[in-house]
Amino acid sequence: MSTTVVTCGADMFADAVAGQAVEVERVDWRPPMPGTEADLAAVATDPRRVEANRTAVEAMLGVTAHLVDVAPASEVLGLEKGQFLHAGPPIEWARTSGPLRGALMGGAALEGLVDDPEDAVALFESGDNVSLEPCHHRSAVGPMAGVVTPSMWMWVLEDRATGRRTYCSLNEGLGKVLRYGAYSPEVLTRLRWMGDVLGPLLQAVVRGTEEASDITGILTQMLQMGDEAHNRNRAGTLMLLRDLSPAMVTSGFESKDVADVLRFVGGNDHFFLNLAMPACKLALDAGRDVPGSTMVVAMARNGTDFGIQVSGTGDEWFTGPAQVAEGLFLGDYGPDDANPDIGDSAITETAGIGGFAMATAPAIVRLVGGSVPDALATTRRMHEITLAENPRWSVPVLEFQGTPTGIDVTKVCRTGILPQINTGMAGAVAGVGQVGAGLVTPPAEIFPKALAALAARAVGTSG
Amino acid sequence: MKDHVELRSGAYADSVTLLQVSRAVQASPGVVAAQVAMATGLNLEVLEAMGFDVPDSTPNDMVVALRLEGDADLAQALQAVDAALVPTRPSSGDTTEAPARTTASALRRAGAGAVALVSVPGASATVEAMDALESGHDVMIFSDNVPVAEEVALKTYASSRGALVMGPDCGTAVIDGVGLGFANTVRPGRIGLVAASGTGCQQLLALLHHAGEQLAARGTEGVGVRHALGVGGRDLSAAVGGLATREALRRLDADPDVDLVVVVSKPPAPEVAEALARDTEALATPVELGLLGRGQRDLTAVAEAVLARLGHDAPDWPVDGADDAATATGPLLRGLFVGGTLCDESMLLATQVLGPVRSNIPLSDDLALDPGELLADTHTFVDFGDDALTQGRAHPMIDPTLRNEQIARAAADPATGVILLDLVLGHGAEPDPASHLAPAIEAARRDRPIPVVVSLVGTDLDPQDLTAQREALVAAGAEVHLSNASATRRALDLLSRSEGAHQ
Repeated sequence: MSTTVVTCGADMFADAVAGQAVEVERVDWRPPMPGTEADLAAVATDPRRVEANRTAVEAMLGVTAHLVDVAPASEVLGLEKGQFLHAGPPIEWARTSGPLRGALMGGAALEGLVDDPEDAVALFESGDNVSLEPCHHRSAVGPMAGVVTPSMWMWVLEDRATGRRTYCSLNEGLGKVLRYGAYSPEVLTRLRWMGDVLGPLLQAVVRGTEEASDITGILTQMLQMGDEAHNRNRAGTLMLLRDLSPAMVTSGFESKDVADVLRFVGGNDHFFLNLAMPACKLALDAGRDVPGSTMVVAMARNGTDFGIQVSGTGDEWFTGPAQVAEGLFLGDYGPDDANPDIGDSAITETAGIGGFAMATAPAIVRLVGGSVPDALATTRRMHEITLAENPRWSVPVLEFQGTPTGIDVTKVCRTGILPQINTGMAGAVAGVGQVGAGLVTPPAEIFPKALAALAARAVGTSG
Repeated sequence: MKDHVELRSGAYADSVTLLQVSRAVQASPGVVAAQVAMATGLNLEVLEAMGFDVPDSTPNDMVVALRLEGDADLAQALQAVDAALVPTRPSSGDTTEAPARTTASALRRAGAGAVALVSVPGASATVEAMDALESGHDVMIFSDNVPVAEEVALKTYASSRGALVMGPDCGTAVIDGVGLGFANTVRPGRIGLVAASGTGCQQLLALLHHAGEQLAARGTEGVGVRHALGVGGRDLSAAVGGLATREALRRLDADPDVDLVVVVSKPPAPEVAEALARDTEALATPVELGLLGRGQRDLTAVAEAVLARLGHDAPDWPVDGADDAATATGPLLRGLFVGGTLCDESMLLATQVLGPVRSNIPLSDDLALDPGELLADTHTFVDFGDDALTQGRAHPMIDPTLRNEQIARAAADPATGVILLDLVLGHGAEPDPASHLAPAIEAARRDRPIPVVVSLVGTDLDPQDLTAQREALVAAGAEVHLSNASATRRALDLLSRSEGAHQ
């Protein structure tokens, strides 16, 4: 026999084949997550699954995100006074964690609902004329706390082929910022400048530029320039600046404002994150709602719960407790100061970059507490739980292998390998801001929950 | 000459890679010129200069432009493009390669044409097997305890993909001379086997190999088995309906190196057997049906029929350690088997002489042993390889403990007149199974000389050394046959020589 035998199970049989001078590729098989066997079999034999996953993957990979507008959330999302968007799955005020509380309090002050952010606690407790809703329910994503209020300016990305759009706020930079739960006067002052100067200038630039920026294309290039587009966005930010600068100069805005904006964007290595995220969401949204598909279309955290949504189960969230990341801490902060995982930014990992593309970003592996070999191993390991390789997004150091794309709920349950997310860490107390960065995974139990829902919807034979 | 230009939106590779791809494609047969490139302005100019007409594109599209000779095959040229675009992966010296954790992952690494062999616990076997079928690979499922509904789902899907599911509960396959699972090493030849039975397949392999050796010694070469495709013991049941048997027959019929096909099965569902018999008539290759059942031929008779079809007489099947003075020590026959089909075959033969016999794999439901009962006060046949007895335990060909205990229990029962055993050699079986069975036989005969008849299924090319295994069993007091049918007849004959035989 000229071919290879793949063995999955008893080593004895692999040895017996190898003993006949035939090439053997052994599966390092281990039992699946406890209690998932019957659901795995039901989903595996669902006759729709193979084609459904192909459809979902192709739809996702077919999307190109163009930057088409910048505008206030009140205009593009129809967000009204008192309406707050936040990261992660749905949550009520009583269960919110420190950083989300802090960001909501700052947001209430920004919108003039209260004068002092501290007064917002009573407002949210009363629930009068305020409402909380996940960004994901409005085609949006928000990093960390992900709080969006009506006056905040949003990036608008569009898939030209379908007209589908996604949205994300503008990135404030690092340190004491609203998305990490800080709400001090300097935070609010910056946000007001972003609304008064940054947003309008970017709008003028984007609307005035004939050739819309291809965000997916920038992602392609930045992944070959040492960015993984979650915790390193340096090359992407500079490429964006390169694309937008000429139109800024000719925008007619005051040269001081233009200089301030150039300085702000150029000095914020994470500025592009808020474009990478909605680009990932735009791609993943195209893969939603394919009956029988086991592909994860969103991973998001609100600081209390970690939730996933799956293509074949519609808008249902499968949630479990968010974990605390392991990694490096700023200054005197330590693990006790860190809030559990928060933010919609795990949309990057869902789309196959961020932690999934760690191999391409050796420059930041130490920031998140790892080593270069760890980074290579992480990206390779993620291929074990994904459906495809992204032909556009490739990793030079892995022989230009495409990034691992399309998390398969069944493969996570089969292998017990959890999606690897690299993330910033917010302080547990409202108002503190960022305390570190590190590596985190979803709570394991949400994948068997999603699997059970897929099995319950499965068409076919076993049960 | 003809041009082919296509855009692949969403595909991306760096320019150096694409240069190499273009070069590789250019070297394939029938290709006059090839340019695979991202549709950047510069590349579009190059393509235009080459005379290609490129449709509207963006720099994020990949252009595949081919100029072929008039009679060249476009599909073949595009295959060359795809093959060249697959990134080459580091093959060795790379310690950070993640181990494959699923069959899908390992098959991606192994490439086209690989065969998967799944032997994980039955509850997880379907999932691994689907990985193989999804990517167009054949799979052998050794695992048992797979629900029949899952088997039907797997085989139905496989039929739509032209893939073959060998199993579940498929013990044996030989593909191009390579044994998978429990398989014997056999002389190459032009016979193709389809086996809904693991040990039935092994019995045929052993008998045909022995016959081939005998013929070769007399100067006639070429009698042997090329492929033995297992399909799982339930394939010819009413529920499964022979889905895999049909696919296996289709393949063997299409193989120009197969002259004769033999189908061997545990007792099939009558309607499935009838349909199968009709289907085989439509094949170009002659088919010998060896389906076990009441009134049907035993496996040895099937082997003899195969030899006759090829124009050869059957040899004398070897017997060693026969003691002409032996008599049964009690009225009852105890068949203790590791091979399910061997157990079936013996029961069918025994029933003709003894009337109904009881078993954990009974010929009809009313003859079932009570759950947990392995020894009744009547003739009993136990298949230790049955699902119920392998749950949470290795197959008896790997772990003989349970059967050895039962040999001792049968020996201690004064009603036991003859013990009938099998022992199966080959890849996957223990390295020296006689070293465990011989002491059990010796112990069983210590108090009284209970006749022990063993069918030793194996070939002289098997890793265990057939001769040494046979000698060890004979030295322990057993009579050893190559043919299970002949061993069974001998056991029945011995039983008739005791007082209480016709109770």
